[in-house]
Amino acid sequence: MASNLVKRLCLPPLAAGLLSAVYVGPAAAQQQELHIGLIAPVTGIFAQVGADMLNGFKMYLEQTNSTFAGTKVVAIIEDSQGKPDLAVTKAKKLILEDHVEIIVGGVLATEGYALAPVSTAEKTVYISSVTAADDLTQRQLNNFPYFVRTSWTSSQPNHPLGQWACEQGFKKVAAIAADYAFGYESLGGFQKAFEDCGGKIIQKIWPPIGTKDFGPYIPTIKADADAVYSLMVGPMTLQFPKQLRQSGYTKPIIGGSVSYDEASLPFMGDEVIGDVSAEQYSAAIQTPANETFVKNYRAKYGKVPSYFSESNYTTAMMIDDVMKETGGKWLGSEAFIAKLVALKVDAPRGPVSLDDMRNPLQNIYIKKVEKTKLFGYDKPELWDVVVKTYPAVSQFWTYGKDAFLKQPVYSRDFPPCKYCE
Amino acid sequence: MAPERIKILVVVAVLAAVALIIPHTTSVVILIVTRVLAFSILVMSLDLLLGFTGLASLGQAAYLGVGAYLTAILATRYQMGLGYDFWLVIVLGMIGGALLAAVFGLLALRATSVYFLMITLALGQCVWGLAYRWNSLTGGDNGINLQHRPKFGIDLADPVLFFYVVFGFFAVSLLIMYTLIRSPFGRSLTGIRERELRMKILGYNTWLHKYLVFIIAGAFGGLSGVLWAHTAGIVSPDNVVLTTSVDALLMAVLGGSGTLIGGVIGAGVVLFIREYLSTLVHWWQYVLGGVYVLVILYLPGGLMSIPERLRQWRAAQGEASGSPNFVTAGR
Amino acid sequence: MDARFWLIQAFNGISYGALLFLVGSGLSLIFGVMRIVNLSHGSYFLLGGYVALSVIWTTGSWLLAIPVAAVAVSILGLLMERIFLRPLGFDPLRQVLLTVGFAFLFQQAALDIWTGNPFDIDPPEALTQSIVVGGLHLPLYRVFMIGVALAIGLSLWLVIEKTRLGATIRATVDDAQMARGVGIDTSFISMLIFALGAFLAALGGVIGGAFLGVYPGLDFEMLPIAFAVVIIGGMGSLGGAAIGALLVGLADNFGKALFPEISYFTLYAPMALILAVRPTGLFGRE
Repeated sequence: MASNLVKRLCLPPLAAGLLSAVYVGPAAAQQQELHIGLIAPVTGIFAQVGADMLNGFKMYLEQTNSTFAGTKVVAIIEDSQGKPDLAVTKAKKLILEDHVEIIVGGVLATEGYALAPVSTAEKTVYISSVTAADDLTQRQLNNFPYFVRTSWTSSQPNHPLGQWACEQGFKKVAAIAADYAFGYESLGGFQKAFEDCGGKIIQKIWPPIGTKDFGPYIPTIKADADAVYSLMVGPMTLQFPKQLRQSGYTKPIIGGSVSYDEASLPFMGDEVIGDVSAEQYSAAIQTPANETFVKNYRAKYGKVPSYFSESNYTTAMMIDDVMKETGGKWLGSEAFIAKLVALKVDAPRGPVSLDDMRNPLQNIYIKKVEKTKLFGYDKPELWDVVVKTYPAVSQFWTYGKDAFLKQPVYSRDFPPCKYCE
Repeated sequence: MAPERIKILVVVAVLAAVALIIPHTTSVVILIVTRVLAFSILVMSLDLLLGFTGLASLGQAAYLGVGAYLTAILATRYQMGLGYDFWLVIVLGMIGGALLAAVFGLLALRATSVYFLMITLALGQCVWGLAYRWNSLTGGDNGINLQHRPKFGIDLADPVLFFYVVFGFFAVSLLIMYTLIRSPFGRSLTGIRERELRMKILGYNTWLHKYLVFIIAGAFGGLSGVLWAHTAGIVSPDNVVLTTSVDALLMAVLGGSGTLIGGVIGAGVVLFIREYLSTLVHWWQYVLGGVYVLVILYLPGGLMSIPERLRQWRAAQGEASGSPNFVTAGR
Repeated sequence: MDARFWLIQAFNGISYGALLFLVGSGLSLIFGVMRIVNLSHGSYFLLGGYVALSVIWTTGSWLLAIPVAAVAVSILGLLMERIFLRPLGFDPLRQVLLTVGFAFLFQQAALDIWTGNPFDIDPPEALTQSIVVGGLHLPLYRVFMIGVALAIGLSLWLVIEKTRLGATIRATVDDAQMARGVGIDTSFISMLIFALGAFLAALGGVIGGAFLGVYPGLDFEMLPIAFAVVIIGGMGSLGGAAIGALLVGLADNFGKALFPEISYFTLYAPMALILAVRPTGLFGRE
């Protein structure tokens, strides 16, 4: 691991731990160090997501020599093992023992919902760099004054995707989405925008999370659908398109965000060429900033960065930018958040700023899988090539904050399936 | 003094030491010990089944789930359980666990040994499926967030106060279970574990005994769940997933099945490796796996059997050296 | 829902059942002979997939990966049985827990060796096509899975029913003490069966790897399914495993297609009920 990360290597015996006095850390006010706690799954089934997250953050630290505006950055990594209650324990350890000023991380919705109250109770900044659960920066935000999100909401990229699909001429879409909150919120966003534009969702299929055999579901897809909207997660992303095509289905697939994210794309086969998805990032974004980012990341870690990596890289960048504004001084959680919220950065994913609910305002890219050569790499590979960019998309799309917050959070039954056959 | 008395004194002394020393350690150690104590109520309830009745269950997390979800739902939907009615929720959690066990027991107790293991696994997975799917009630995979700990004269948000409360519940649970084990009912359970057929011939209604202990274990599982919900502040399907039940079983065996207190030792070892060691090294999984394998291979009685083993080893040494040795290996 | 729907669903269910047979038959045999439930069976399945990937990455040959992966994992199983399970003697609970301990170790080792990325095994081009029969698209790979399961099932049946070795296995399953009394080396049979069980699981992992993927967590996902097969079919019975696999495959498939609301329960609820009614499984003997 990079040498500029400090991990506790001393191993105090348990007896000593039991008998020792309360640990006193460095006073927060006059220090030339910034302590950041990174909570990610290092072991367990989400370990690769955790690795991607940490690699993204670490890469930025290495590029800046772990120094933000003259202040040394000490990053302490804690393994949440994908368990929300363990994430809470680790967060408390980071805050109360390591005296971190900022906590970054969390992957699952449960981790986000578990860590946010801790940030409130301990008055410590918590930046969620991955967790997409819509309501954290919507109806629940007032409970979490120290919570900021630098990633996305589940429905955020799906709104423009719904509009795009309608503009492409799709009239009836059958949807198949993983049966859990992230699936509901993703499909919900797509459905709302698609139907507001005149389209119809005629079917909703909910395979349980972890489904590998889509055999039961594929034959039930309505024949009069013009396309299939699919929201797949993890290993499901590989199997669904493959099995759908093998069953003889030739109509287009419109994928929600993670269905074709770079976390899975390199491991897919050619059957996904032509499939469309929408996300706030694509490794194929043709800007100098992104090209540099992708090439550096790939050279260092052997694979193309996914949104997990980009999001954490950009989070590190944003923290750095705030530190530059304060001349390297830590002025307290509230001041930090005020400055963070006012920031505008040029991230690999494009321009990012935060809306007044502390969620990013960012480009959403409609991308199509193509087998091509990019960035000077010598082999044609699968890339999510950008076909359309929607700039400065907020979590509320075009609905306006108040109107959007009046409707319930997207769920299995909302928006209702009015056109379901 | 009789060895039994010595054991009790040692246990009491250690518990007293824990109660006195832990609050002066770091906040993380206090938190982890609190978690150990809360979870070990579940492990001890499993030990009632495993160590004393001979029933290995892979579905105990279901009862923790009942207690935890009940607490979370009452707290967030009905604003119940955050004041003096916390004590009511404790009772409701235990009743909930007992009721679920009463229903599951009717199905599970038709099987024995490895089939019992399987059916409890299946039933536990059904509870998981329910927690995942019943979004409107359980929040699905988002889980339910408990923003505050109860306040009744004292504010349980204070980690030390909360530690004492959980410690109190743990001590009382241990006492009740110990009394149960030493009672005639408890002794007949051991008889069932040893030779059920003989017990039946002697006229005992073995099924009823097993059913009752199953329900009691469920009740304590529910109690554990209520406390567990408040330690982490979040309840999710992760609490009732298969690996949680497997953890409980492994902790019981690691500590020593049939000893009750072995449960808290097993829980302590596992949770400290998982939650404390993991902050120090990233290969902690190998340590945990290694500990399991070594204990299972070389310490059939779990960690609690170490004193016994030492005594035997010393006795064997004494014999080998030829000196007359009238010390019997303690019973 | 026309006839084509039922036919394709039946085909899907049968092909899924074929894969489950590979996973469950090993578990069933291990239980039949050794009376232990091998909770690292899912790990063998997953490791089979990972080893196959490594073989494919180095040699490019999918065909070679199949036997290499299966044999490698069976050796692992053999070692585990010899070194760790044998010393425990007849202590089912501790043996079960030992297998769980190993399952955790295997999970971490797999993560360290192969990373946590989601992989797919790519079979030869020919097998990725679909044949069209009567208007139905039948993926050739599913047909292949059925073929493999039939071949393996038949070979196992022949060995167990028609050979001397098979007779000794049957004797050990029926009554280990008597078998020992007749001079059968039951310890050798146990070792053989455990290795065979691991072999079958790993084979399932390689074959299944192109169908389910190879990723962390697959081990514990396959475990309850393997149990369902063995429980419904009865422990120790090969024919039972076949029928159990078929039933689980069809029930799971039709259950999810017709009653998607209860998708999370289509596996466990029947399992619990069958065990409650017939604790030794539909075809088990105890």
